[in-house]
Amino acid sequence: MNSISVRALLVRGMLAGLAAGLPALGVAYLLGEPRVDSAIAYEDAHSHEHGAELVSRTMQSTAGLSTGVLVYGVAFGGIAALAVCVALGRIGRFGPRATAALVSLGALVAGYLVPFFKYPANPPAVGDPDTLDQRTTLYFLMVVLSVLLAVGAVILGRRLAPRLGNWNATVAAAVAFIVVVGLAYAFLPSFNEVPEGFPATLLWQFRLTALAVQCALWVSFGLLFGHLAERLLSPRPTAADRVAATGATGPATAERP
Amino acid sequence: MAQSAVSASSAQPVPEITPISLKAIAPWALFFGLLMLILLYFIGAEQGATAVLSGEGVHEWVHDGRHLLGFPCH
Repeated sequence: MNSISVRALLVRGMLAGLAAGLPALGVAYLLGEPRVDSAIAYEDAHSHEHGAELVSRTMQSTAGLSTGVLVYGVAFGGIAALAVCVALGRIGRFGPRATAALVSLGALVAGYLVPFFKYPANPPAVGDPDTLDQRTTLYFLMVVLSVLLAVGAVILGRRLAPRLGNWNATVAAAVAFIVVVGLAYAFLPSFNEVPEGFPATLLWQFRLTALAVQCALWVSFGLLFGHLAERLLSPRPTAADRVAATGATGPATAERP
Repeated sequence: MAQSAVSASSAQPVPEITPISLKAIAPWALFFGLLMLILLYFIGAEQGATAVLSGEGVHEWVHDGRHLLGFPCH
């Protein structure tokens, strides 16, 4: 293993991220856009300040949305591939495919779900422009904190594994992660900027859709990148292996060097 | 089947995968990690709380993506 495989994994990660962006884009367009439109309709009905439209709604909901989701997919695909490079062979006896799946799950939970439960996605019309700076800082802080805590939890779990066994060590590390995240939730400021009269159903559906977009992205990425990484790093079964696998009573000497 | 071959030939089960040395990953992680974060910045935060470019073009272009990907938008 050398930098060749890092480069190969990184390239595959970015491509898998781009490909995983497509189902995410599908979810965002089909389920998300109707909610964005409803929220903008609410916004228009309740405020009268209206500047000239710089980018038309049609462009925003098609080309703009695609740019956002696909670049997001490529960027997170690259980052996740680097994380897989580090995790390979270090988080237990998992092959490339399982490692990719676990890293993707970790990225979904630590990179999105944990920050989301504190600072959920908001549709247009929700959120006070005056607090945007603060909300942006806190959101990114929460993402960084959550990812660092997750990495810490994995290291803790690996340290505890020889003493507690893999299962109990994993549970202990997960509990530690949840407790510290809970403390962060309790001490970081919250925002409640949903305008009076904003439809609760619309807010709920919008947030659920935002979750669905991420699930589509990370599940697709985990499966795709896992497949590519497995093919790259695990030697394909040779003819001799296949004979050994199918012939249960075959000569054992065939497997031994 | 590779697994059984390994455990059959040695008493101690060895990891299936040799970790990639962190030294080999570091330059890639540094350069591409940074590049990816810059991409995320432009998708997620440019011309919102902070701005490198003037105007509203970037913000307006990725507006819907920003909302649906969970970034604070406005």
